[in-house]
Amino acid sequence: MNYFKMQLPALDCNEKFARSALAAFCVEAAPTLEEIGDVKTAVSEAVTNVVVHAYDKENPGEIFLEAYLDANEIKIVIKDNGVGIADVEKALEPFYSTKSDDERSGMGFTVMQTFMDKVSVVSKEGEGTTVELVKRFGDKQ
Amino acid sequence: MTYKMSGDDLYVYLYGEFDDSVAKTIRENIDMLIDSFVFSRLVIDMREVSFMDSTGIGVLLGRYKKLRSLGRKLSVKNVNFQVDKVFSMCGIYDIVSKL
Repeated sequence: MNYFKMQLPALDCNEKFARSALAAFCVEAAPTLEEIGDVKTAVSEAVTNVVVHAYDKENPGEIFLEAYLDANEIKIVIKDNGVGIADVEKALEPFYSTKSDDERSGMGFTVMQTFMDKVSVVSKEGEGTTVELVKRFGDKQ
Repeated sequence: MTYKMSGDDLYVYLYGEFDDSVAKTIRENIDMLIDSFVFSRLVIDMREVSFMDSTGIGVLLGRYKKLRSLGRKLSVKNVNFQVDKVFSMCGIYDIVSKL
């Protein structure tokens, strides 16, 4: 089992960094290029959600990013201490966004659910949100 | 990004990773081109785009709506495997053609 934990400011420049960090961390499990792409895309969605929704742009808070690699299974935890999600069920609906004026597609969670094997979201208003993503490399679909 | 007119088509070439950090700039630049040229179809060439997440979908859907209001079409071209997978699962090919 290998793991890493990091905290970083919820700035948009860290979306790319988080993708790269996860891609590098996965290499040990010898995933296919497609599987690395799936992980990068799902992580990008989760981290972007924190950058866009969790905090005020004027006072960006932090993203707590952890990953655990056990044989061929990766678990990624993306956590914030921001505003929280008022209605998680609604947030998971495709095309739903609280910021549709910004031309948000509202597909972030749908992408995570499509590209990962398991997605769980726990949130409390005023306290923050924790998203867990799990993927097993080498599973034929 | 770079661009060129070819007949009735306006080609826009995007580069790099298309995510939330560059979305506003891409949106504003494409809108400026749409407002500056007369064309019937906007073709977004993504040969040099190595990555895209659903932020790109939002930007493209917004451009599609703007173009539709002007009676113009939108197409995408040269998408790599990862970008194609995001496009496909979001259903964007139902309204935007892939050349």
